[in-house]
Amino acid sequence: MAGLTRTGTVRATIAPRRPTTWLILGVVGLVFLIPIASMVAFTFRTSGGGYDLSHWVALVDPANAGKYAPIWKGLQGSLVLALTTVAIVLFLLAPTMILVTLRFPKLRRPLEFLCLLPLSIPAIVLVVGLAPIYLSIGRTVGTGVWTLAFAYGVTVLPYAYRAIQANLDAIDVRTLSEAARSLGAGWGSVLFRVLAPNLRVGLLSASLISVAVVLGEFTIASLLNRQNLQTALFVVNKQDPYVAVILALLALLFAFLLLLAIGRVGTATALRRSTPRKDPT
Amino acid sequence: MGRRGRLDQVTSAVHEGVGAVDSGRRRRRATAPAALGLLPFGAYVAVFLALPTGIALASGLFTSDGAFTLENLSALADPVILGAFWNSIWLSFLTAAIGAVVGAALSYAMLGFPEDGRARSIVDAASGVLAQFGGVMLAFAFIATIGLQGVVTVFLRDVFGVDIFADGAWIYELPGLVLPYIYFQVPLMVITFLPALAGLKPQWMEATLTLGGTPATFWWKVGIPVLAPSFFASFLLLIANAFSSYATAAALSSQGSSIVPLQIRTALTSETVLGRENVAGVLALGMIVIMAVVMCAYALVQRRAARWQA
Repeated sequence: MAGLTRTGTVRATIAPRRPTTWLILGVVGLVFLIPIASMVAFTFRTSGGGYDLSHWVALVDPANAGKYAPIWKGLQGSLVLALTTVAIVLFLLAPTMILVTLRFPKLRRPLEFLCLLPLSIPAIVLVVGLAPIYLSIGRTVGTGVWTLAFAYGVTVLPYAYRAIQANLDAIDVRTLSEAARSLGAGWGSVLFRVLAPNLRVGLLSASLISVAVVLGEFTIASLLNRQNLQTALFVVNKQDPYVAVILALLALLFAFLLLLAIGRVGTATALRRSTPRKDPT
Repeated sequence: MGRRGRLDQVTSAVHEGVGAVDSGRRRRRATAPAALGLLPFGAYVAVFLALPTGIALASGLFTSDGAFTLENLSALADPVILGAFWNSIWLSFLTAAIGAVVGAALSYAMLGFPEDGRARSIVDAASGVLAQFGGVMLAFAFIATIGLQGVVTVFLRDVFGVDIFADGAWIYELPGLVLPYIYFQVPLMVITFLPALAGLKPQWMEATLTLGGTPATFWWKVGIPVLAPSFFASFLLLIANAFSSYATAAALSSQGSSIVPLQIRTALTSETVLGRENVAGVLALGMIVIMAVVMCAYALVQRRAARWQA
């Protein structure tokens, strides 16, 4: 066995052996599944102590529409926020990153520092400073939930920056834009018809991760008294914990599928890009 | 002929001069709009990142009339506040340490799967979700699991006769935060540490074995020393993550303010005690100072880790 490991592939020697892999994965996986499984079991519980589907049925029962109204309102708010935040990422952050890459390469490090800064400023600290700012925003453009997207644009900055920068590093922005310019394209065409298609993976991942972050955000919305999905779940949980848990599970599943899609898109392009390299002709 | 030649020289010189001026002006003209292009994002970051951070830091240093004062800082000496800082710090260290070790083990196990395989992408996606899971939904999950009527609580009571809440309902107090925090720390460790682990060069193992070492020699003399900086960098990130986490604690313990973020909530929402906004500012200042120390340590360790990742 030891001889086989030594003469076998080197990868196999750095990597743990099969039983070790499955032992670690099994134990950690099980511990991590228990809370999720408990949530699922909780949603099937009846007040009598048995299990049935009544809480899931109640969710779609029109008779309960009034009771669950805050949730739909919160979900609506979160979706509007997700869209606005994605717009900030796509139309404010991405063009700035392209501009810095093309014209101000020296600003790359400062921009990176700036974009990763929100990781080290706790959301709760931002709220302390945002409260007076939102007071004046409320006076000028109103207290609509969408205004929170300005704050969320900052909280998603580190994630969106990383996703877009990884893609920018992988393509030659300068050559692409110079080629397009010399063929007579204006800056608009360069941006939308040349660079954006080449950056689609990075832009897509940045958008999806932003959606995931916005759907899970609670701190800022709660302390600034705005209604989003999480604050609605928090409120509804007090009167009907079952429905809150069902919706939390659905949100979790949605976020998981979203991130799985990012991973799939990323791997697919990595494979496509490496395919020609394998073939020397 | 000579005259003609001189004229040519003059005209070409003029042309060159005009050309130089023209291209110089064009370059300058092109830089100005390009720099203008940086303005929207710059303004955005100034208003929604720099300004709130500045206000948060400054609000602790001014009275409600706008006069500079260090008096508010005395709030930091309040035993309740000191206790909250202490709770926040040990909770962050404890959960970061457990999260780092378990997350590193899980990352190690992931090396057994091909990098672009299905298992990796599922674990990647799950880690991404669970690292962001902190908050209201995580609190629900733990109430359903180890709440007073939680699945595990009931199971332990009915099957083994063990009452985990014999000493009181600790799930709604500080110890109740440990398990939920670990639940988002482990996935974050996987996200940050797995790339470093995957970057370990198989040739180093090959070289160790060729030189007569064993896999154990490789791990002790090469693997662990090379990974140590990355491990500590991830560990520091986990500390920062737990320290700044608010939503889980807010959803789990609606009463009491055992950790700093909850103290800030109390200070922000308290309408009965006047002048408490400044206390929120002082607490924010304290948090930023601790975060700055952790992030500086992170940057130093990260620089050392980068040496092996070229």
